[in-house]
Amino acid sequence: MPFYVSPEQVMKDKADYARKGIARGRSGVVIQYGGGILFVAPNPSRALHKISEIYDRIAFAAVGRYNEYENLRKAGVTYADITGYQFDRRDVTARGIANWYAQQLGTIFTESSKPFEVEIIVAEAGETADADQIYRITFDGSVGDEHGFAAIGGQADQVATVLKERYADGMTLTEALSAALAALAAPGNGERPDIGTSQLEVAVLDRARPHRTFRRLQGARLEQLLAESRPAGTEGSAGASPAATAPQSPDGPQDAIGPPAPDDGNPPA
Amino acid sequence: MAPRISSFADFLASYAPDLLPGGSLRRAPAAGPWAPGAPGPGLPDLPHATTIVTAVCDGGVIIAGDRRSTAGNMIAKRDVEKVFRTDEFSGMGIAGTASVGLEFVRLFQVELEHYEKIEGRSLSLEGKANRLATMIRGNIGAAMQGLAVIPLFAGYDEDAGVGRIFSYDVAGGPYEEHRFHSIGSGSVFARGSLKKLYRDGMTVADAVRACVQALYDAADDDSATGGPDLTRSIYPVLAVVTADGFSRLSDAEAEQHARAVIDERMQSPDGPTAPVSSA
Repeated sequence: MPFYVSPEQVMKDKADYARKGIARGRSGVVIQYGGGILFVAPNPSRALHKISEIYDRIAFAAVGRYNEYENLRKAGVTYADITGYQFDRRDVTARGIANWYAQQLGTIFTESSKPFEVEIIVAEAGETADADQIYRITFDGSVGDEHGFAAIGGQADQVATVLKERYADGMTLTEALSAALAALAAPGNGERPDIGTSQLEVAVLDRARPHRTFRRLQGARLEQLLAESRPAGTEGSAGASPAATAPQSPDGPQDAIGPPAPDDGNPPA
Repeated sequence: MAPRISSFADFLASYAPDLLPGGSLRRAPAAGPWAPGAPGPGLPDLPHATTIVTAVCDGGVIIAGDRRSTAGNMIAKRDVEKVFRTDEFSGMGIAGTASVGLEFVRLFQVELEHYEKIEGRSLSLEGKANRLATMIRGNIGAAMQGLAVIPLFAGYDEDAGVGRIFSYDVAGGPYEEHRFHSIGSGSVFARGSLKKLYRDGMTVADAVRACVQALYDAADDDSATGGPDLTRSIYPVLAVVTADGFSRLSDAEAEQHARAVIDERMQSPDGPTAPVSSA
């Protein structure tokens, strides 16, 4: 016996399903700084990336189900490579890729019974900070044109609130990292507020680099940056942010660069 | 369930085969086999890229190319570039039909980068060399019709810590070459020259100088190879691939090498001599 289910109910169920899936993982952050764009995501794995290069000046960050966003990433790289090969490398834009992702995710959301449980960011470092572009694309294909910073994941709103308070135009890389870590330590984002170097995936689109601007920050370089971001972060938050953030921002960076948690010694999953 | 291999060229072949080098010619009705030296059937003389020289040096490899392209007996271009960076630790030079060669370079560059981005690691040097062989073999239809391209691939092997050279023919390859190699119309003269100038474990600067000498000798005897053009400030393209990556020498550095060789040849036009016996 067939049952009637209203389209509203179908869409709502799909959206709830996708949101629930996305909320299981921790949020990721993208933030502009003077020299480019910084990507930070908690990720215990060294090999299964949440942040990746798409093209010369374009990178990708995702949260949610790994196999789904990995498929999207590969398709995005292929889209970019084919566009750049057919025309010119300058003709590959974040806007074009974001639109393509939006079409794909929109179609999957409406047409397939199971929506993708992913949320992604496509960002492009321009010649100057004014020309930077950050697009946030959700599981149903909606695109948001973000300025300065963006957060993805189940706790994106709480994380973005902290980012908004900490963000300023033309920050240094250290300041941006400290803001990102404070945001990732926002209440509700994961069980454990501690994020050591081995738990973090960090990458930048470095405007100053020729050709391919994407670079992963890892190992000694990341540890040095994290160490630098501690004092800067604490002072910066005390001076610049309103009282509301004062209780939480010192916690964030300090926890983030504290001595490695006992479980840090484990090999990546 | 067929896995998708991380190859851009394979994807392109299924998605838009006309975008491959040689494009629609791959499907063109086969005319009779083309004899080397003869113009392709129905094709006018197309610009051809000429001499490329490579030499292994201490901790790396040198790739050098002259700047001339010729169409039949005409000089098509005086300042053409035939030596390219393919990725951080490799480069290639091309001889043969210039237009198809340039497309090959572009496709190969994207191929290496595509693999690197999809897989999160670079191909091994052998992997790159094998991949190039398959791509060149795919062009054999066009080559039979007179659009042959021959690459010379060289790179720094990060695992072994040495420079390595791979050569090809129109049906593919690769053939690993030791010490030095050259391709193109002037390659016979260039190789003869290098044979006398090359020493194992040469420094980067010495190997670059030997390559410039070899190109000069090629230009001396082959009309399709261009020598250094002092009046227009056009000098050979010189590239070095070492543990620090691929780097192209600046025009000023290339000029220095070219001028030094010319100054020397003002005294002895045939260049440096080698002893008649190695004893």
